[in-house]
Amino acid sequence: MRRTWRRHGEGPWPWLAAGSVALSLLMLLALLLLLATRGLGHFWPAEVAVVTPHAGSPFAGIAVREEAIPGDTRRERLYFTANRDLEGGRWRWVELGEIARIDYPAELVMMERSRWGDLVGRLVALEGEGESHVGEAAWPALQARLRALERLRDERDRLRDEVVMPLVRRLETVDSDEVRAALAAANGRIRELQATMGGATLIVESADGRRVEQPLEKVLRAWRPNAMTLLDRVVAWGEGVWRFLSEGPRAANSAGGVWPAIFGTMLMVLLMSLVVTPFGVLAAIYLNEVAHQGALTRIVRIGVRNLAGVPSIVFGVFGLGLFVHGIGGSLDEWFFSERLPSPTFGTGGLLWASLTLALLTLPVVIVATEEGLARVPDHQREGALALGATRMEMLTRVVLPMTLPAMLTGMILAVARAAGEVAPLMLVGVAKLASRVPVDGDFPFLHLERKFMHLGYHIYDTALHGDDVQAAMPLAFATALLLVLVILLLNLTAIFLRHHLRLRHEVPSRV
Amino acid sequence: MSVFMSSSAARGPIIDFAASESCLEINGLSLAYGDKPALRDLTLRVPRQRVTAFIGPSGCGKSTLLRAFNRLHDLNEEVVRCGEIRLEGQDIHAPEVEVAELRRRVGMVFQAPNPFPMSIYDNVAFGLRLQGELRRRQMDDSVEWALRSAALWEEVKDRLRTSAWALSGGQQQRLVIARTLAVQPEVLLLDEPASALDPISTLKIEELIGNLKSRLSLVLVTHNMQQAARVSDFTAFLEQGELVEYGPTQTLFTHPRLARTENYITGRMT
Repeated sequence: MRRTWRRHGEGPWPWLAAGSVALSLLMLLALLLLLATRGLGHFWPAEVAVVTPHAGSPFAGIAVREEAIPGDTRRERLYFTANRDLEGGRWRWVELGEIARIDYPAELVMMERSRWGDLVGRLVALEGEGESHVGEAAWPALQARLRALERLRDERDRLRDEVVMPLVRRLETVDSDEVRAALAAANGRIRELQATMGGATLIVESADGRRVEQPLEKVLRAWRPNAMTLLDRVVAWGEGVWRFLSEGPRAANSAGGVWPAIFGTMLMVLLMSLVVTPFGVLAAIYLNEVAHQGALTRIVRIGVRNLAGVPSIVFGVFGLGLFVHGIGGSLDEWFFSERLPSPTFGTGGLLWASLTLALLTLPVVIVATEEGLARVPDHQREGALALGATRMEMLTRVVLPMTLPAMLTGMILAVARAAGEVAPLMLVGVAKLASRVPVDGDFPFLHLERKFMHLGYHIYDTALHGDDVQAAMPLAFATALLLVLVILLLNLTAIFLRHHLRLRHEVPSRV
Repeated sequence: MSVFMSSSAARGPIIDFAASESCLEINGLSLAYGDKPALRDLTLRVPRQRVTAFIGPSGCGKSTLLRAFNRLHDLNEEVVRCGEIRLEGQDIHAPEVEVAELRRRVGMVFQAPNPFPMSIYDNVAFGLRLQGELRRRQMDDSVEWALRSAALWEEVKDRLRTSAWALSGGQQQRLVIARTLAVQPEVLLLDEPASALDPISTLKIEELIGNLKSRLSLVLVTHNMQQAARVSDFTAFLEQGELVEYGPTQTLFTHPRLARTENYITGRMT
């Protein structure tokens, strides 16, 4: 074993080198830890305290953090109080000395609503459709009603997405009475469902004794945070994470999930890889195997390498000019003129975003593939040629199989770069909120012209553009963690693939 | 065998063979890498079904000459050539000659063993597949025949599907020879085939060369005087791109005509 750290006369260099490695690792760990705690903690059903101050009325809230009051020895604590419709805000700072007592009443109910955010209070009654559940009986009744509502909501969404929307799109092209009748019938069914959903009202009493009438159809979920066991909490946390992953965003991206963004990111990266890999590999083959190795090739090579350093927003502007306005505009004029002036391809979309990112990552793939080609020893090429192989046969049967791992390395680098890009996407097709994912049951199933959501842009949007940034920050952290995980997943797939290929082609691991 | 010697002032005796006895015929071949000449006006014939060795100091052009025989220089755009090479009477640079077919007829084994990163079987089958041979039985037979010819069959018959890169250096070189033999070449060019191998592997390769000459013509480039003396029938001595002396190996090593030749083979000149 080499004991380099004890060797004399080397001075501080080994320490400095080791220190910088340790520092880098620590920073990376800190990053992941921050994202994980701030992001995933958001889904934990925290206990709700009822705080009674010395002066003033009590209020219910979740303790978020404590801070020292500037220029004072006292400390204050931030509570998330929900009930925006009652309080006007959702946050409240309380100086610790002001607090007379803190209770955790088990019967406190917290509700997620489709409007006005969360509601917290004591359940007084559930009324509607001739029935009335009062006091303790209201809680099980509420849970049963919420489950029924969930089913109705699913049914309504399914009707809207699978029946009404296709009919509306058909109406754009064929205007027939038949379609109109079908549409009217479907809409009637939706109105019926809406009517069934409405009607019931919850009566909730807030901590200071005010009563609120809450229409039940606006309540999405209800839970009693102080009555939950640890297992309940873990299950609720798991469900929360799952909803975050599988649902679409609500309330201007300040609540709900990020599924469309995950899907959009993955799909865009996939399309980009499909475009950039063949182009990059062919270009590298030309530069390394076909072209005369003269001054011109050297200049082209230097140009390609420098292209990798061009700021991504420049590519965004280029994509906007060439793809969106140039090619997209012409496509609209030639093939979709009946829809003008509303653009089809003449606006940002999945295809243009993928192409722009493919352009952005092309140098990465070319450089990696070229390095792989250069690493194939000349005697392998000559061996193939000496057996009577043409240059094409030499390339496809000997050189390219040996270069596969390098190509995949290039693709990994390209994916890692592309998945995290946001700036160029803002110009060529990302949307704050895309109502429809780019893949659905309508012909041609993959809609390249649609705008799409992207995790990176979603972070930017939730972190800065909500009306309550304080509440949206945990979502931004969770989305950031997710973006890191998605890139990790994409990379691991490619690395696994590369490892597999390397085993098959027995190229010694020098990459 | 009709042998007639010619000698000039600058050159020693050059053995000549009748066209009917030679497989390769080189007439006034000169070759240069850009403006650096490598071969100067070479004229010689290589006999059929014999081992011919090219010896000479490093950079004398012997490998360059070998690579001219299967047109490997075509890849290098800098190479300038004049003069002709004939394989069985046909000019190999004639426009109707297909390079791939020429290289099948003139096989080559390089200094460093260069099996492809595939299984042993696929390595041997590589050339056959290029020929369009796809029938399984035929392929199996050819692979076995080639491996037997290269004296490798007994060592690898149980692991034909394993990677060729797992073989030892000597086995790899014999595998490369088998791979070349599989496409039935008429001439086998060997460019210092044993220089990267241990003595025992070297011995096996030399034995193999001796066995193969009943089937095809071999041209051997070597730095090793003893090797040339052991395995070759005829030896050509090249220096600075010129053919200095060419004759039966026995004669050349025991009674070299020129002092240049003698100095080289006795090691008095570097």
